[in-house]
Amino acid sequence: MAKSQNARLERKKFYSDPILVGMIVVLLIFLLLFILYPLLMLLVDSFYTEGRVTLDVFKRVLSLQRFRKAFTNTLVLGVITGLASTLIGLLFAYVEVYVKVRTKVLKRLFSVVSMLPVVSPPFVLSLSMIMLFGRSGIITRSLLKIYDSNVYGLGGIAIVQTMTFFPVCYLMLKGLLKNIDPSLEEATRDMGASRWKVFVSVTLPLLLPGLGNAFLVTFIESVADFANPMLIGGSYDTLATTIYLQVTGAYDSTGAAAMSVVLLSLTLILFLIQKYYLERKTAATLTGKASRARMPIEDKSVTVPLTIICGLAAAFVILMYIMVPFGALFTLWGRDYSLSLKWFQYMFKTSGLKAFKDSFVLSLIAAPLTALLSMVISYLVVKRKFKTKGFIEFVSMLAMAVPGTVLGIGYIRGYANGLFRTGVMGGLYGTGLILIIVFIVRSLPTGTRSGISALRQIDASIEESAYDMGANSARVFFTVTLPLIKDSFFSGLVTAFVRSITAISAIILLVTPQYLLITCQINEQAEKGNYGVACAYATVLIIITYGMVLIMNGLIKLFGTSRKIKEED
Amino acid sequence: MAKEKKGVRLEHISKIYQDPKTKKEFYAVHDTTLDIEPGTFVTLLGPSGCGKTTTLRMIAGFESPDEGEIYLGNEAINALTPNKRDTAMVFQSYALLPHYNVFDNVAYGLKIRKLPKEEIKKKVMDILELVELKGMESRMTNQLSGGQQQRVALARALVLEPGVLLFDEPLSNLDAKLRVTMRTEIRKIQQKVGITAVYVTHDQSEAMSISDKIIIMSKGKVEQIGTPREIYYHPKSRFVADFIGEANFLEARVEAVKGEKAAITVSGQPLEVNNFAGAKPGDTASLVIRPEAAGLSEDGLLDCKVTLSTFMGSYQYYQAKVGDVTVQITDYNPVNKKIYEVGENVKLNFDPNGVYIL
Ligand SMILES: Nc1ncnc2c1ncn2[C@@H]1O[C@H](COP(=O)(O)OP(=O)(O)O)[C@@H](O)[C@H]1O
Ligand SMILES: [Mg+2]
Repeated sequence: MAKSQNARLERKKFYSDPILVGMIVVLLIFLLLFILYPLLMLLVDSFYTEGRVTLDVFKRVLSLQRFRKAFTNTLVLGVITGLASTLIGLLFAYVEVYVKVRTKVLKRLFSVVSMLPVVSPPFVLSLSMIMLFGRSGIITRSLLKIYDSNVYGLGGIAIVQTMTFFPVCYLMLKGLLKNIDPSLEEATRDMGASRWKVFVSVTLPLLLPGLGNAFLVTFIESVADFANPMLIGGSYDTLATTIYLQVTGAYDSTGAAAMSVVLLSLTLILFLIQKYYLERKTAATLTGKASRARMPIEDKSVTVPLTIICGLAAAFVILMYIMVPFGALFTLWGRDYSLSLKWFQYMFKTSGLKAFKDSFVLSLIAAPLTALLSMVISYLVVKRKFKTKGFIEFVSMLAMAVPGTVLGIGYIRGYANGLFRTGVMGGLYGTGLILIIVFIVRSLPTGTRSGISALRQIDASIEESAYDMGANSARVFFTVTLPLIKDSFFSGLVTAFVRSITAISAIILLVTPQYLLITCQINEQAEKGNYGVACAYATVLIIITYGMVLIMNGLIKLFGTSRKIKEED
Repeated sequence: MAKEKKGVRLEHISKIYQDPKTKKEFYAVHDTTLDIEPGTFVTLLGPSGCGKTTTLRMIAGFESPDEGEIYLGNEAINALTPNKRDTAMVFQSYALLPHYNVFDNVAYGLKIRKLPKEEIKKKVMDILELVELKGMESRMTNQLSGGQQQRVALARALVLEPGVLLFDEPLSNLDAKLRVTMRTEIRKIQQKVGITAVYVTHDQSEAMSISDKIIIMSKGKVEQIGTPREIYYHPKSRFVADFIGEANFLEARVEAVKGEKAAITVSGQPLEVNNFAGAKPGDTASLVIRPEAAGLSEDGLLDCKVTLSTFMGSYQYYQAKVGDVTVQITDYNPVNKKIYEVGENVKLNFDPNGVYIL
């Protein structure tokens, strides 16, 4: 059948909307320049030297004992963290959905525990771990009188990563468990199965793809994590830290590029399995909503132990976070536990103010740009038909699979001497602008994902009607689409801000002395063993991010569309 | 009120879609040619999935035809985007902008046309008066009943004074009673304004009651175009006869032809008819008999046996067997008529020169 006329007309219509075309072109340039190009440069660097294609760089890197060790280390750590986070997440989710909990406190604890990793820099738990269980840790040294405790290494990282990432699993699995139709389980129970049997034969199989999904998501997070292994890894190097040291210590950026290609391939494969196989499978086995409410388990022999275990675990996580401000307030950790403000004073007297200002300003610029960009991408992907749509969607999601360290190396290789080392755009490297761009790229996938799911809820004919009344694409976007997904836009704004101000992995490779960033300061002070100062920075950072979240939520309440509409019906 | 009534012409329009499951391409609309005259109310009628919405969306510009050309007035509009076309659509789901109040919804298109504020205000108020929504301009759309939302959708389209107004099953979300009120109202407003309207529905009584012309579609193709009367009394195909109203079909065999006259047999019973010009002996045809055009009596055309007899108030409802074909008969105003009971052998009466389909 002849579809050529349709294609021709669609093309004509498309080009008669210059703003739409402009938007897409700008977007394509952005994605090409700041996501694909740096990654491409890594490939070029590792396969192409002195004018020919070669595997020399790879051979060299692979022969490094250090690298081979880091590779297995990364995998081992990923599996441990992935398994532990999934299991603990499952336990929490199960207790929340299935078990009758008498105290409201536990629920409150759960929600605090799942929010804390969001508003804190992703590596503060390493600090508290050291302060609680390290050589001069409160628990190890002061309480248990162990003087040679060693938290550095695989165990330490695994514990810290698990505590940081399991809330993600908990939230994912909670959503899935809620979608299981209770009658399935009741039917089995009716036939005489014990609770354990029901769990093993009904709940678990239904949940299996979801568990796989949660495992892979945390696996990827763990593999891509830079700051925790850096702080608490000791001699246990992972790929991310090895790459960092390869650049900053060995000044071997081609080697680092080759290593980055390995790390990227690893996360990319995991990401593709997760996204295109497990996510679909999860959606296929657990569709729709449960038909009615579930009768919670009231059997004391089940509820009491589960409640106690989860309560303790949650309390422990919260204790870890509380350590951070105390770390900043104690005069000298491990020796003098009297309260003082000297670390804060020290912080503000040295680089503190500038660090907060730089971090704050750069994140504040990046956040609205990210939010707007992700809404534009979502709009184009969900509501418009055009040729490069699949490409735009893929690349903006791809950024999710790129570890920050890899992106950082890509930017160094791609921009340190200008585009393709020609000096074009050479001025970008080392500026605040490139930091802002990194912030945007790092938060874009999350924002886009939330925007896409918000837009899918909106009946296509609402925008079509505006279009039909004479509005062009830009006008439809700004007068109809954006107001309708305001909530998603604002939450994207908050998320982007928080993610930017707490980011470290890519930034630490690109920041120049001209800019001081809080996260880099924390890392530097902790490296030097100045835990008091590091904690002071982290405390203020958490206050800033939490404050921003509160302010933003307030603003959403004031201006959010959904509220206005809800109130009036 | 409309600046200029425009006609709509579709010339050999086809639209190909891909079935999302089988990946096979198929014609959602196939080689459709239509000529809609300025100022008329034309309805696209057909069962669900026959391509009505697709046709309408091609006129509005949301879909591009794979073959053929669409004209609005004298202008070929294939390459124009919906915002550049002089059409305005009333959507099935109303598609009101939920974050605007009634006034702003109606004013939306006028603001895009950069009319002066005062003029916008006047136009909006006039239209709201026409659709009887005066005093509701500051309501949010979710504070309106279904019928009122429908009126806003209509006002919003009318206020732009488009060359043609498009409706996609605009009443399907309303309850039955409101549906009847609204359709008369839409028709009244259309006549008052004198605008060209293309209306999509799958409800034949809706189509009959409001249209100047009905276009019957089936499987992407136009089956018949005509006034409601023509369509009802002279259906060109079994599909049309069946889709519009109730119809009985009696299979007939042509035995002999002399000019317009023919001798035919129906279930083996002979019958003389006057309107079979062009038929040849040996042809088969279907006689189309509307239930209200048939009757039972002692002397009539064909033998039949009553198999069901029910009093329905305004009419007596019969089913009777002619040979092994069941015929439905509605005998109106049965108060002084003889009522036949189940099992009685009687004669079926109708106009033998009514409609037949070869
Ligand atoms: N975007 C689309 N992609 C594929 N098939 C479609 C699409 N839109 C409509 N169709 C199919 O085209 C046919 C005609 O659809 P439509 O015009 O909506 O029918 P109607 O309005 O008469 O009920 C249907 O079989 C429908 O499933
Ligand atoms: Mg339809």
